[in-house]
Amino acid sequence: MDFDWIRIPYALLTLFIVFNYGLLLNALIAKIAARVGRRHGIPIWQNYIDLIKNYGLRSSITHGAMYYLGPVFRLSGGVGLLLFVPTIHGSLMFANLSFAGDLILALYFVFFGTLGMALGAGESGHPHAAIGISRGLSQVTAAELPFALAVFSVALQYQTLSVSEIVAAQQGGMLNWTLFTNPFAVAAAMLSFLGSMMRPPFDVVIAPQEIPIGPPTEYHSSYLALMQTNRAIFPIAKVVVYMNLFFGGATSWPLFCVKVFLIYMVSVLVGVVFPRFRVEQSVRWFLVWALPLGVVAILLV
Amino acid sequence: MKEELEKRVVKGPDGVEFEVDPLRDYYCQSAPTVMPPAYIKIVEELFNWARAESIWILGFGTGCGAIEMRPLMTPRFDAYRYGIQWRPTPRQANLFVISGYLSVKTLKRAIRSYEQMQNPKYVVGLGSCTINGGMYWDSYNTIKRLDDYLPVDLYITGCMPRPEALLAGFQELKRLIRAGQAEGANRYAEQFEWYKANQKRVIHDWDMPDYNW
Repeated sequence: MDFDWIRIPYALLTLFIVFNYGLLLNALIAKIAARVGRRHGIPIWQNYIDLIKNYGLRSSITHGAMYYLGPVFRLSGGVGLLLFVPTIHGSLMFANLSFAGDLILALYFVFFGTLGMALGAGESGHPHAAIGISRGLSQVTAAELPFALAVFSVALQYQTLSVSEIVAAQQGGMLNWTLFTNPFAVAAAMLSFLGSMMRPPFDVVIAPQEIPIGPPTEYHSSYLALMQTNRAIFPIAKVVVYMNLFFGGATSWPLFCVKVFLIYMVSVLVGVVFPRFRVEQSVRWFLVWALPLGVVAILLV
Repeated sequence: MKEELEKRVVKGPDGVEFEVDPLRDYYCQSAPTVMPPAYIKIVEELFNWARAESIWILGFGTGCGAIEMRPLMTPRFDAYRYGIQWRPTPRQANLFVISGYLSVKTLKRAIRSYEQMQNPKYVVGLGSCTINGGMYWDSYNTIKRLDDYLPVDLYITGCMPRPEALLAGFQELKRLIRAGQAEGANRYAEQFEWYKANQKRVIHDWDMPDYNW
């Protein structure tokens, strides 16, 4: 098997661009939320400073091997998801390491970080972390079901498991997007999307007021910085998967930025309007509203 | 000492009996050490700049002054634009604002929270009570000089200081951090014995290890 080695530096370049875009986008969204509350908000470069500071803290404490690996797993979940999915359609440079069955791998990576975090936070021994983890896993599992159904529906529709081919099939005008050719799958997936972005109404996992930020309660210094790095990469990587599967992918970086921003804003807009669900409410919500849509999508295809 | 902190024998679910000594098993025994700055000056300056521009305050209000911190989050004062944020856990916080009078009971919690924070960490005393006891100067259960118990980097005077005064104080703290003068955590480690002796003199029901992270 011949492998084009130049793809590795190209994939790292993608990672670099997405990392910076993610940091700026997170700050921009915090700023938008602040403006909604008539505040000035954080400076747009605040996330960079926070990162440097956390990497620059002098002391850190460990609770064991899994505690180390938790943030590492989390970050590799985000990076892996990004690396194995083509970012820019039609560009050899930014096709990353995508291959024929990458859709299944992407599904796996979406869940990977949460599991790693569960092991790491579990070892930190903090009761709030344990509460947060149990909430998080039950909620993510419920949210994952409609997404998985939607993905299978899309895979059946295009008769392929390759993200690149799915994107290619959607080219040539907006009406070719999955959004219009398979609206039920997109609806189910977008509802599940709300659940996995850690924004209201589904942010009871990190609930800052009652269980001080849940799973990462014990994380600090470089551990926290690794998780912040992932916080910049993972949501963007996830949005890239959604963009590729449902919204026709992107053919250039400007188009990429606009589409990712708009898809991301869906969860933000829902978040500023609706109050928080409890876990059993959100699980029920996913099973009642999102899951049937996914089943319908499968049946229609 | 509280019952749950005493040494006891516990029977596990599989029938094995083992001894639990909470104070030894659940806490780290080692005292804090002095953490030197980075070896290269320019790196330390970069870090100090980042530390100054990203101050995370521990969300722990100890006295009536805590009420003056809340307006900083609101549109009127909006401290977020200066890189100041609140964190719910001591692990992630860098700045501990002792907001007003500190009763002996709260001092215990304040010490535990402070020791769980990571180096470098800063303490700001807010209001007259932290300087000389303020209006509680003759109270039997508040401490008078915060500096005897925790290494204070900066005092903000007043009773109460307005949120504007807090913002001005934070700007001054930033200047100290950038100049590399806010080394309270290392001062605490160097003078550890002295601080502990002072703390134990006022806290009579000392039922925690000497150093608890």
